[in-house]
Amino acid sequence: MARRSITETSPIEVYRLLPRTNCGECGEPNCMAFATRLVNRELALEACTPLAHPENAEALAALEALLAPPVRAVRFGTGDRQVTIGGKYVVSRHEFTYHNPTACAIAVDDASPREVLQDRVRSAARFSYNYIGRDLGIDAIAVRSTTGDPARFREAVETVQQACGLPLLLCSPDPAVLRAGLEAARDRRPLIHAADRTNWREMGGLAIEFGCPLVVSAPDDLAGLRSLTRTLGAWGIQDLVLDPGTFPGTGLARTLRNFARCRHAAIRGDDELLGFPLLGAPIAAFAGEEIDPVRCAFDEAIMASALLSRYADLLVLQGTAGWSLLPTLFWRFNLYTDPRKPVAVEAGLREFGSPDRNAPVLITANYALTYFTVESDIKAANLSCYLVVADTGGLSVESAVAGRYFSAAGIAEALAASGIADRVDHRVLVIPGLAARLSGEAAEATGWRVLVGPKDSSGLGPFLKEHWPPRPA
Amino acid sequence: MNGRDLVDALGPELLALLRSAGRIELERFCLELDELELRIPLGAFAPANGRVPATPVPERPDQLLPAEYVPERYTYPGRIREVVLGATRRDGGSRGRSLTIGGAEAPAFSLFDRPVVNLPVIAMDVFDTRVPMPKALRAPFEEVRDDPAEWARLNVSRYGAKVITVHLLSTDPLIRNASPRDAAATVESVLQAVDVPLIIGGCGDPRKDADVFAEVAAMAAGERLLLNSVTLEMATAKTLEKVARAASEHGHNLLAFTGLELNDAKELNRRLYEYIPPDRIVMDLTTVALGYGLEYSFSIHERARHAALMGDAELQHPTISGSTNAWAAREAWMPMAPTYGGPELRGPLWEAATALSLLLAGVDIFMMSHPAAIGALRRMISALCAWPLEEVPEGHANDWVTAPLGGDA
Repeated sequence: MARRSITETSPIEVYRLLPRTNCGECGEPNCMAFATRLVNRELALEACTPLAHPENAEALAALEALLAPPVRAVRFGTGDRQVTIGGKYVVSRHEFTYHNPTACAIAVDDASPREVLQDRVRSAARFSYNYIGRDLGIDAIAVRSTTGDPARFREAVETVQQACGLPLLLCSPDPAVLRAGLEAARDRRPLIHAADRTNWREMGGLAIEFGCPLVVSAPDDLAGLRSLTRTLGAWGIQDLVLDPGTFPGTGLARTLRNFARCRHAAIRGDDELLGFPLLGAPIAAFAGEEIDPVRCAFDEAIMASALLSRYADLLVLQGTAGWSLLPTLFWRFNLYTDPRKPVAVEAGLREFGSPDRNAPVLITANYALTYFTVESDIKAANLSCYLVVADTGGLSVESAVAGRYFSAAGIAEALAASGIADRVDHRVLVIPGLAARLSGEAAEATGWRVLVGPKDSSGLGPFLKEHWPPRPA
Repeated sequence: MNGRDLVDALGPELLALLRSAGRIELERFCLELDELELRIPLGAFAPANGRVPATPVPERPDQLLPAEYVPERYTYPGRIREVVLGATRRDGGSRGRSLTIGGAEAPAFSLFDRPVVNLPVIAMDVFDTRVPMPKALRAPFEEVRDDPAEWARLNVSRYGAKVITVHLLSTDPLIRNASPRDAAATVESVLQAVDVPLIIGGCGDPRKDADVFAEVAAMAAGERLLLNSVTLEMATAKTLEKVARAASEHGHNLLAFTGLELNDAKELNRRLYEYIPPDRIVMDLTTVALGYGLEYSFSIHERARHAALMGDAELQHPTISGSTNAWAAREAWMPMAPTYGGPELRGPLWEAATALSLLLAGVDIFMMSHPAAIGALRRMISALCAWPLEEVPEGHANDWVTAPLGGDA
């Protein structure tokens, strides 16, 4: 029984192993619908309660084997802050949606004074940027022991836990230091960093004793990583994370190669010993030769971006400035969207403020980001207007114009479908500045007068102030 | 009988046998198959009575169990064509040197199992007219913004540009509607100012661009310019043939631009093959800024490259990225709260991160603007293209775990 890739697994096959009672306890109308959603990774096996009955043990095991990702899903933290990393089925995102977005951890160290530590943790935990209606932020805190002193480490872990509820990574090569930290974070199921060739006995012991997942570390040594996962696996420790090393500067090639080798081996080569989530440490940019902190943060952001594209499931970061975090958090969010569906909003007519029959009529694309940007600019400028959202296949105005998804004919259709002609007395349409070249054809196709608006919707307020009501043509 | 059929045929019987077996021994056994994976997951064959025997807690192994790692080397039937940019005197042009892009035989910067054939190239932008541009983006070029030749010279002498893109935005009917002859004069002045290969950008109007490109192609005969770009819109406007013939006749390359749609890219290439050899075509599959759909650009490039390497000849062309598009993202240029720094920091990072994602997706040439972004991508390219790979810097293995670090710690 060979494990096939997730994209080759048929819902029928899954359906045959389900109870086929159509009980509906999973929330789906029937078992076939549930099977389809399982294969699409939209629901998990746990949703099927009858499968938990002992008489279904065999079927459950077979289903688990059939649906198991070649890269194990590993959880750390507890409660609603728990983070799941890994659980990957494919190498490239266009093959099948990536699941479990890369967790981003901010590092703190046990040498920092208590107040400094608290501030850093609180500001990291509070960091939030609203993007397409979602809040992008940090997922975990990595506590590093730079003192090597168990008492200091214990204190630092306690301080961090009081300051925030984020899941923790506890980082030290010294088992005695980690024990102190684990005792302080007993109830939080932190991730332990890390077991290596020399300390694996003690680290494995800690993972078992505290019931925590464990990172295995073998810098630039994949045979060493396999040896560690094999040994710890034989000892019954399955919740493992791989750290093949992240090397700054010219070490990037080796870093990326190791990440790609691990992921290809797990998915294309079915290598169970490398089938674990990958930890990347862009923080290494601060441990290289560069000492200018701005340059280090710049390099860290670049390295984070590269590691996100190359399969990292967890990132440890040092920089907490918004400018260096934004590209990382954006790219993480973007990579984990469904590549088959553009992030789109529904086409149709939106109303802002209290538009009357002379209110401006604007049109834009239905790419979610475009829409939310325009929406927030309209609200910020306190405009009363109508906004026609055209179906551009979920593309932004610029791409949609280039790809001919936003055309004069499309504008005419969107205008007609919106019913806006009945809501206003005028016939003047403001099109986005980035669609300026459609203005002539759009006027012809719609019979409306077309005004070319600003290229960026932040200019809508001033634009309308100057051009609305429109001067007679 | 292939592997799958064999499994289907033997599977049920094997299962029945295995169900009662405690262990399996194979004697005088010979298996010759392509791509058959035999994997017997633990627990998949629980005893038929439904009782799972209690598994004892495993003992700690006495020592590390040995394991090897042997890298898998994948080969691909397809290869990306090479395209030469710029022609030297010997080849009928006037450039100091020409550059070759393309030639990839495997996905870019993934398994690093062979040297990079041709290093990715960065072309620096020059605009022939003042267009609204974020301040942080135009600041390094303030003194040369009204003179394309000077701008090109600055890019080469101060920033080490290996290729220059001249964007003839003045030809846009909505901007200045400059004539094809004026545009050609601008290109001529840049050709005289610098001796690197040139990319010539139009205004995006399918009719106007055709007139401009035809004029420029004739004026710069033999220079192996890259004309940026030809589109399916030109086919609709019936101007594609004019540009393609001009490029072919005067020895230039064409950039085939499509909007995030591989079928369109293939269709446009098929049309171009009627007029120009395939090794004169570069593809622009569209670069969207980080945060504004870069993931679509990333995946379309990964898909195109994969299909090309698997043998799709219509996609076996080098690709280009207009990474300056990153500045379309408001996060690149907008004033924001202090933690987000200024656009002079955020902008270049945005441009570099956008370009980097596409570098990893296999893009061969980048059109960029900001010197800091270009510097970052150059460092990236030189780190990734070293062959053999650079060793791990001594003493830098997981330093970050215990070292006191700077930054905002």
